[in-house]
Amino acid sequence: MRIELDVNGTKHELTVEPRTTLLDCLRDCLDLKGAHAGCEHGVCGACTVLFDGAAVRSCLMFAVQAEGSIITTIEGVTPAPGELSPVQDAFCETHGMQCGYCTPAMILAAHALLADNPQPTREQIVEAISGNICRCTGYTQIVEAIALAAERMRGANRPQA
Amino acid sequence: MNGGAHHRYVSTDRRVREDRRFVAGKGQFVADVKLPGMRHVAVVTCPHAAARIRRIDKAAALNMPGVHYVLDGAELAAATQPLMNGLETPHVPRRPLAHETARYSGEWVAAVVADSRALAEDAAEAVEIEYEPLPFVLDAEAALGKDSPLVHEAHGSNVLLDKTFVWGEVEKDFAASARRLSLRVKWGRSSTVPIETFGVVAAWDPWRDILDVYASIQMPRYAEQIAAALKIPGSSVRVHYEVDVGGSYGVKRGIKHTVLCGYLARRLAFPVRLIEDRLENMRGGDAHGPERLFDVEVAFEDDGIVRSMKMRALENLGAYAGRSPFQLGKPIGAIVGPYKIKSVQYRALAVVTNKTTQEAVRGFGQAPTNLALERCMDEIAAVLKLDPLDVRRRNLIRHDEFPYLIPSGTTYDSGNYETVIAKVLADARYEELKAERDRLRRTGKLAGIGIAACLEPSGGNATFEALLNPAITTSTFMESCRINVDGTGTVTATMHTTSSGQGHETLVGTVIGEVLELDPDTVRVTRPDSLNSLPSGTPVGSRMAISLGGAAFHAAQKLKAKLTAIAAHDLGIAPDRAVYERGEVYDGQAPARRRTWVDLVGIAYRNYHRMPPGFEPGLAVEYVYQVPAGGALPDKTGRVQMYPCFSFEFHVLLLSIDPDLGQPQIVRYLLGHDCGTQVNPKIVRGMTMGGVAHGIGAALFEEFAYNEDGQLIAQTFMDYLLPSAHEVPAVEIVDHETPSPHTVLGQKGSGESGYLGAPAALANAVNDAVRPLGIFVNTLPIRMAALGDLIAGAVERQKE
Repeated sequence: MRIELDVNGTKHELTVEPRTTLLDCLRDCLDLKGAHAGCEHGVCGACTVLFDGAAVRSCLMFAVQAEGSIITTIEGVTPAPGELSPVQDAFCETHGMQCGYCTPAMILAAHALLADNPQPTREQIVEAISGNICRCTGYTQIVEAIALAAERMRGANRPQA
Repeated sequence: MNGGAHHRYVSTDRRVREDRRFVAGKGQFVADVKLPGMRHVAVVTCPHAAARIRRIDKAAALNMPGVHYVLDGAELAAATQPLMNGLETPHVPRRPLAHETARYSGEWVAAVVADSRALAEDAAEAVEIEYEPLPFVLDAEAALGKDSPLVHEAHGSNVLLDKTFVWGEVEKDFAASARRLSLRVKWGRSSTVPIETFGVVAAWDPWRDILDVYASIQMPRYAEQIAAALKIPGSSVRVHYEVDVGGSYGVKRGIKHTVLCGYLARRLAFPVRLIEDRLENMRGGDAHGPERLFDVEVAFEDDGIVRSMKMRALENLGAYAGRSPFQLGKPIGAIVGPYKIKSVQYRALAVVTNKTTQEAVRGFGQAPTNLALERCMDEIAAVLKLDPLDVRRRNLIRHDEFPYLIPSGTTYDSGNYETVIAKVLADARYEELKAERDRLRRTGKLAGIGIAACLEPSGGNATFEALLNPAITTSTFMESCRINVDGTGTVTATMHTTSSGQGHETLVGTVIGEVLELDPDTVRVTRPDSLNSLPSGTPVGSRMAISLGGAAFHAAQKLKAKLTAIAAHDLGIAPDRAVYERGEVYDGQAPARRRTWVDLVGIAYRNYHRMPPGFEPGLAVEYVYQVPAGGALPDKTGRVQMYPCFSFEFHVLLLSIDPDLGQPQIVRYLLGHDCGTQVNPKIVRGMTMGGVAHGIGAALFEEFAYNEDGQLIAQTFMDYLLPSAHEVPAVEIVDHETPSPHTVLGQKGSGESGYLGAPAALANAVNDAVRPLGIFVNTLPIRMAALGDLIAGAVERQKE
């Protein structure tokens, strides 16, 4: 099937099998390797992308279903080559990862949360990442990263005195 | 440089250099490797717990579009050697594909190669296999029985290992003790289950005779094992260590996957890739962890002092051995935990069953052993009506008793257990914690305090292999580092293995920066492939801070000595008058006379006439580091020094359980942790937090459960439950630092911290909570449904 996908601000015309998942399409057709396959049955969240701004699992959706929506991957939130978003930088500051496999998905979940809620409580952060499994960190430094990013982003938006 | 020394970079709060690529999604995982002409593998698995393979019909699969090949076990067995086995059990061969007989549900029977993974999966369903189901055995004790079906008939029994050790006067100590107590404890079959499954890409170059391997691997002697199985020279295998591994914690040892793909790549003359899907990973990835039944008897006095222990550990290996039986051996190096138990009898018993094969899991068998020991300490306290804390304190090895020789022959390097415990209790306000538990009980909840004190043997050492199999005489465990200062003066260091999140590049940079007094961020760290590498023992055994840190430290010292000698020669002074400082060398008696870094690089690279006579030009050094305190084999009494360093952890937690649901909730969790000098505190903290989370999973949620037909019923993440952010509490870590005398910076290992004691602490907390009901739980995992039923039954009985 021919489809048109809007990914990271660019429109792509693609031919995919109807059964191709959005995850496989992003990775194999568009070479966007930041979304990872973990369980491929919608539990671990490693394949998370932003779908019209919401964090969703790209392994549970067919590429054809994504037509007409705006897809953002980790490559799309990275401001420029070698440059980090405030959320990405906060993850580095607290070491909110180890192996890095679930990390892009965690960061996208954090972006989705902070876009709606610039001042989340610990419980709200935990809720926002509770669909993303991390086997390395025990989550503590991830929660700290998101809280730190929120604090910094609030500071950045404050008018200069 | 050891112990309490001032560090410039070590132990300071620095970022982890690997993180930058990961937050951008720019890690290079094996699934990101794309070679020209690469094709895809899917496997056909056996649906029976045990079956004779009667016939394999490949025709339908081979006729499907895009399908290139269907490989069966007969062809592969004829062309390859069985996989390496640690025990002398020649009639228990392990192969990538079952040959003639399949021995567990999910075992790989055939492999399909196609243009895409989807086509390979389609074709795998079209491979027709005729099976003759065979009798099977799932339970380890049943497998010991005379009438049990044999998993490997030619072996003659299901027992692969049965060794009894007696260290000290066990019977005498038992006879002399006032009391004894016996306990049966079961560690359920779980594993580390990384979010990235195992994957491998293999490509054969027939013009250079090189097999290129890209894999999410964490395994000692990987290249060597591939070469042996494929019957090609070791120098024909090139493993690409720069591949990032998406979590491992021990289990990423896909040797069977690699031999399968290596064979296919050579046979078909194009690159092939096998990335397990989750089902392949859970059922047939051969990455389950220990499933261990302990029968423990302890002899103790009325005051709680433990004199002696008899422990039988029965391990359910699954269908094949590999290295897994050795997981009964490693805990021998800390068999008495942090306690002064004078004598021990230990029986290590391992059987094969018709379950998925085990692999090494974080701690290599230590966490189950710690559980058994720590459950005993609590039961002793209950019998004597003492505080479990007091029982432990009375038995602890004291700070002034180190180095401390335990009965099984290992000397613990250092420790200050009483101080760590005191610090945690002060932070916990232990009396208040107990009052809070009692308050919760008054509100109708079940509530318990769980304690665990245990050790993390670290540094790695293979001597448990020789202890369990005398045919093995390995007494070294190496790690290496090479440093090159190039002609422009920049520093590049190498490490020679993969990493799976431990931050080894940061470790190497930090240690070299510390020694050379240079900003660690200016030290480039690379990973050459295996053909360009020096020896590495790989990141197992909680050893990299010690051994890779040690190799980097010594290599940097060699470089510093060379720079100093070059400068002294050029300044015309004796080398001992030359002082190295931040990359420059000056005359100690006339500090203005100096050679800068740029000067020294210029001499080494361009002015050989200014070099000391006999020196090699350039600034390249390398160092191969032997595990400290290693080098000896077991003596006749079965005693040997195992790992060199022993980190300590002390867990205290308060758990409340909803009596109607059986749902546990961690109210508070404190962890005292002493791993000596922390090279990078962010990394140590993360590993410890992650270890606790993993321990919570093993204690409360995770189990590869089988039904009576021998089918794995927890084969997806819907059934095999991994702790989410909701289930993991904010752990309060209390650090303490007792340096190791054996290591270059006083560091010990921390890769297994948290995990080694959390299951024991949680089990103790549950038992403290349910003890008033007259029940106990000694089987992990303690899952909510089972606990709820147990509580309901006890409540009913109390009403009657």
